[in-house]
Amino acid sequence: MAYRTTIKAGGSGADYWLDLWRNRQLLWILSKRDISVRYKQTLLGIAWSVVRPLMTMLVMATVFSLVAKLPPDPNIPYPLMILGGLTIWTFFSGAFSQVSNSIVLNSNLVSKVYFPRLLMPLSAVAVGFIDFLISLVLFIGLSFFYNYLPSPNIIFLPFFLVLTFISALGFGLFFSVINVRFRDIAQLIPFIVQVGMYACPIAYSTRLVRDSLPQYYKYYIMNPAVGIIDGFKWCLLGDNSYFDPNSLYSTLIVSIIALFLSVMYFRKQENTFVDYI
Amino acid sequence: MHVITAENISKKYIIDHQGTRKPTSFRDAVSDTFDQFFTKKDKDAASNRKEEFWALKDVSFSIDQGDRIGIVGHNGAGKSTLLKILSRITDPTTGQVTIDGRVASLLEVGTGFHPELTGRENIFLNGAILGMNKSEIKQSFDAIVDFAGVEKFLDTPVKRYSSGMYVRLGFAIAAHLEPEIMIIDEVLAVGDAEFQKKCLGKMRDVSESGRTLLFVSHNLTAIQALCNKSFYFEKGKLLDQGETSHIVTTYLSRVSQKKLERQWDDVNTAPGNDQIRVKSFKLVPDYLDDLMHIDVRTSMEIQFEFWNMIDDAQLNLSLHLYSYTGECIFNVGTASQSFAKGLISGTLEIPGHFLNDGSYMVSIMVVKDTSSVIYNMEEALTFDVEDYREGVTWYGKWPGYIRPQLNFSLNQAESVVNG
Repeated sequence: MAYRTTIKAGGSGADYWLDLWRNRQLLWILSKRDISVRYKQTLLGIAWSVVRPLMTMLVMATVFSLVAKLPPDPNIPYPLMILGGLTIWTFFSGAFSQVSNSIVLNSNLVSKVYFPRLLMPLSAVAVGFIDFLISLVLFIGLSFFYNYLPSPNIIFLPFFLVLTFISALGFGLFFSVINVRFRDIAQLIPFIVQVGMYACPIAYSTRLVRDSLPQYYKYYIMNPAVGIIDGFKWCLLGDNSYFDPNSLYSTLIVSIIALFLSVMYFRKQENTFVDYI
Repeated sequence: MHVITAENISKKYIIDHQGTRKPTSFRDAVSDTFDQFFTKKDKDAASNRKEEFWALKDVSFSIDQGDRIGIVGHNGAGKSTLLKILSRITDPTTGQVTIDGRVASLLEVGTGFHPELTGRENIFLNGAILGMNKSEIKQSFDAIVDFAGVEKFLDTPVKRYSSGMYVRLGFAIAAHLEPEIMIIDEVLAVGDAEFQKKCLGKMRDVSESGRTLLFVSHNLTAIQALCNKSFYFEKGKLLDQGETSHIVTTYLSRVSQKKLERQWDDVNTAPGNDQIRVKSFKLVPDYLDDLMHIDVRTSMEIQFEFWNMIDDAQLNLSLHLYSYTGECIFNVGTASQSFAKGLISGTLEIPGHFLNDGSYMVSIMVVKDTSSVIYNMEEALTFDVEDYREGVTWYGKWPGYIRPQLNFSLNQAESVVNG
């Protein structure tokens, strides 16, 4: 017969990825569910996804540019620089926190029906991606406003998107597993995202870190998010935007290792979720 | 041909007794945490709190294609654990199961329904979760809507559905799955009579088309109507399997053999304290005719004896009856009376046609001077009441903790003769 399943301790084996592939429609449907449910019974609806980055950008621009008088990268309007960083950060932080909470949020499914559990974190990326797209449209609108021409570097954009996806999934999967047993994770995630927003070059340029704290610069660019954010800004804003290709080393190494290990960890633990959730 | 083969499957759970005593206030919670913090080094204490529990132990069986298997057993017998393993929701601790064919399991009606989504959206969502692909869902969409009878509410969020509509829609989707093997857990417990008839009919169709069915229910009537073979589980073991009629008889007779009597002869080791020791605790059913099991109609007596070791004590007794899930069904108390040292006995009559089917626990509390509890015996006795019905075609779990026979009648107050 076409379908033969063997159930034993230690979980499913070789047919796992095939199973995942067979269930690709479910992945799509779960993503669609998360997106369409997001703003149900809200007055502003999808406008929230516009208001949030816009307000954040305005506050940051006021504080860092007008009050603190930090210089932007040469010839780049400060608000545009912020929105560029914010756009990719929206994707990373949204995907990362949704992935981390994905198993717990779907606990009703975990305890009642089988499908490859990896579908839940994968589908959770969708919400962050939609927010990203909206923010990107906003960015394009703002560049028209400043008459800022797009740079040819934009062809590298997909590369940075994939990298963001890999790192958000890599870190998020770890947390999603731990979150099943220790709900502390649900408290920790917003905190990480909040701290990350200031630890990463969103409201300021990495150039300032290099110039004012040269002795710490090499540690600063070890943060894997720095490479992603600067790279992404470089794609949108062109060569004027500060981007140190050296910062990509840590991004590539850390996120690929994180993804590899966390997928292994996830696979090892996924059949025990139901006993602890 | 075997479609399911299970070899020595077992499932172990670790019960953490730490969780059994719940702190009742924030202060308790804080002091508990401190206590635990300082006693952490005491490894013995920690391991004592954890206990192994085998929900299933060395279960082996094989199921042929087209079999309709009923699974019976009491709460905690391992039925649900077995279904969870067969549906791949949890792994067995040891052993192996081989399944040939696509499995759909219905452990709950409307799994994954999202309250904010409309009926239409939920059909696609739930169908996909149960393993249907989009074209299959589209194909059976009209049939599902028709079966559930929700045409008018297709574009209403399901959170606005009545519970009946919700359940009907959930079952309708599951009923249109076309798996080779279908696993169903107690879904008939919901819905009205007409809908249940539809469901049973649908399940019969499923089995007649050569597909295999596994069905768990507390309702023996439904199992007898639907299943050709049955498994009987008790305490995690597969005790017996065979023709359904045979298994149902075994099951009912096993129930009556359950120990309904507890006795302690030595005053010093009997449960209790230096004021009260319990001597015996019995449930004496007044079996009907030649039946040897307690059903809804059976009247019974709870008889007990205990030693009183206080001189000239003013005592009264309080007896609680709990459902299996721990809700108190009733509490009866005796009047306060004075007793000398020695043996005290008591009886409580429970009439027939009073308790509903289910599992029950009895606990007693000995009270001194009408105010201070001097001894509390929890779970002094447990017993089961089986379902019995007459003249109804409804197979669902009869709702409620009690099923009293009250005077309840209908009259034709006026009739209209068609002219």
